[in-house]
Amino acid sequence: MPAGHLRRVVLFGLALLVLGAALLLLGLGIGSTGFESFLSARHDPVALQIVWDIRLPRTLGAWLAGALLGLAGAVAQGLFRNPLADPFLLGSASGASLGVALALLFFGGSAASAQWVVRLGLTGAAFLGSMAAVMLTLLLARGVQQTLRLLLAGVIVGVVLGAMKDLITIASADILQAIQGFTLGNTGLVGWSACAVMALACALCLLLAWALAPVLDGLALGEATARSLGLPLGAMRAALVVVLALATGAAVAQTGLIAFVGLAAPHLVRSVVKTTHARLIVLSAAMGGLLLMAADLLARWLIAPQELPVGVLTAVLGGSYLLWLMHRRTARGTAS
Amino acid sequence: MKGFLVAALAALALATGLWSPPASALEVVDERGVAVELPQPPQRIVTLLPSLTESVCALGACARLVGVDRYSNSPAPVRGLPQLGGGIDPNVEAVVALKPDVVLLAKSSRVTERLEALGLKVLVLEPKNHADVRRVLGKLDQVLGTHEAPAVWRAIDAAVSAAAQSLPAAARGVRVYFEVNSGPYAAGESSFIGETLTRLGARNIVPAALGPFPKLNPEYVVRANPDLIMVSVRSAQGLEQRPGWGTMRAVREGRICRFTAEQSDVLVRPGPRMDEAARLMAQCLGDKANKGGAR
Repeated sequence: MPAGHLRRVVLFGLALLVLGAALLLLGLGIGSTGFESFLSARHDPVALQIVWDIRLPRTLGAWLAGALLGLAGAVAQGLFRNPLADPFLLGSASGASLGVALALLFFGGSAASAQWVVRLGLTGAAFLGSMAAVMLTLLLARGVQQTLRLLLAGVIVGVVLGAMKDLITIASADILQAIQGFTLGNTGLVGWSACAVMALACALCLLLAWALAPVLDGLALGEATARSLGLPLGAMRAALVVVLALATGAAVAQTGLIAFVGLAAPHLVRSVVKTTHARLIVLSAAMGGLLLMAADLLARWLIAPQELPVGVLTAVLGGSYLLWLMHRRTARGTAS
Repeated sequence: MKGFLVAALAALALATGLWSPPASALEVVDERGVAVELPQPPQRIVTLLPSLTESVCALGACARLVGVDRYSNSPAPVRGLPQLGGGIDPNVEAVVALKPDVVLLAKSSRVTERLEALGLKVLVLEPKNHADVRRVLGKLDQVLGTHEAPAVWRAIDAAVSAAAQSLPAAARGVRVYFEVNSGPYAAGESSFIGETLTRLGARNIVPAALGPFPKLNPEYVVRANPDLIMVSVRSAQGLEQRPGWGTMRAVREGRICRFTAEQSDVLVRPGPRMDEAARLMAQCLGDKANKGGAR
């Protein structure tokens, strides 16, 4: 690989990180109370609390969740050899919502179990739900060998679990509102503990994905080529699915369902540099973080002092981007 | 001896005064079963549920509200207060910025843990039926130190009874279907709306066994053939055109009460405006019963 290429990758990565840091700083000044909170933080304890305990963790949390989704997107697109693959593909999103619905149904209502719920939290339920959904998908697909089977199983599990969640919500209308809030996707409730959980997951997933990336490079050239590399294909694929589930689950559990970040991040990276999967994954994480953080800032700023749920914003922006991408592809396809 | 006793009592009083928390400190157990300690009656209050906003105001503490949720629109003074998002998307930062002494919110609100982690006092109170409304009023009374709840409840209760008594005999036993939204979700006998209807002498086509707000099969309503339909204008559109609904007696004879959006807000909130809700429903029952032919 030429040295110029590596330099380009490193420069791009650095640019993403610097932009991210700049947005993080900007994020300290944006919110319902505006920039004054930032200026008066030194002598006003409430302003300090707003900047330090609310804005900083939520901005950082948005970056981390975006990074997890971007990473998951890059892994999914490589693993399924499908540029439209989404981290939610394996049914993890519906699994997470089902987990939340179940947790609310069984523990949310009664006062006696309140302590238990507080300890495990809806977060844990969402995480367990998304992991369980991925396991179920793998079971249905009988492993990760056949990409098509896996995709199909993911769709089926997604629909069935989604329907079960709806069933639960209809049976107990009390939890309807809470579920709706979860489905919207919102970074507003992210605190330091959530940041710590996501940072840990992010570090772990990055390490694992980096180590496993060669198999994705092999897969890009076709199943047979991948096998001929002499790598333990099955085991590495399974490990990548675990990375995918962990990254998605951790992000979804903390911020709810946030669409399109995982899909768009790898595409944006690829449109700037073509590189190996190991670097693509790292760059996608940085890009995803930047995207969600920017979206979060927009969500806070657009109709301040109120705010939009960030999931709505990413769905609108990401959807438009995806449409444009597809349009450009077809245009180019017919031209050539 | 007597002097000694008095001195001892005084010393004891002094000691307890010094060693126990200040007399005004208050511990309230909310609906999660969590004991929340308030050092003094809160002067800056944030409510994130319309019925709680109305309850606070009914107790005469409207002036202590500093922020409300997006849907709190009554009484009039709260419309000028900062809006802090809804139950689904509360704005944590805006709540904290107001430095409230206490935040009142619903069980389903997602923000409870987050606000508590940020050091705010949070009380979870969610009235769902008549008894709840009374209990929540009492609890708020205790928190606010207002001593108004018994009178407020008596007034609500009396007004509901008065509404019931104002009805002609013909309006008794009318079989009612109350549609909450076009799901169709209905208000069953066990909901607070159903409780009010029962007190007004109406019969609900949705028995308590189905739960407070069941999602019905439209066929169920057709089969039950209610004498009277109560519905919000928001979801009333096309009601007559639903398959099979045109044959129902209530639709044929035009016995449908369409409540305006504002009236619906009154009807669907289990709070101190329950008396107004009862009057609205009684008016509907009275008007439509006079149209003749109700069993």
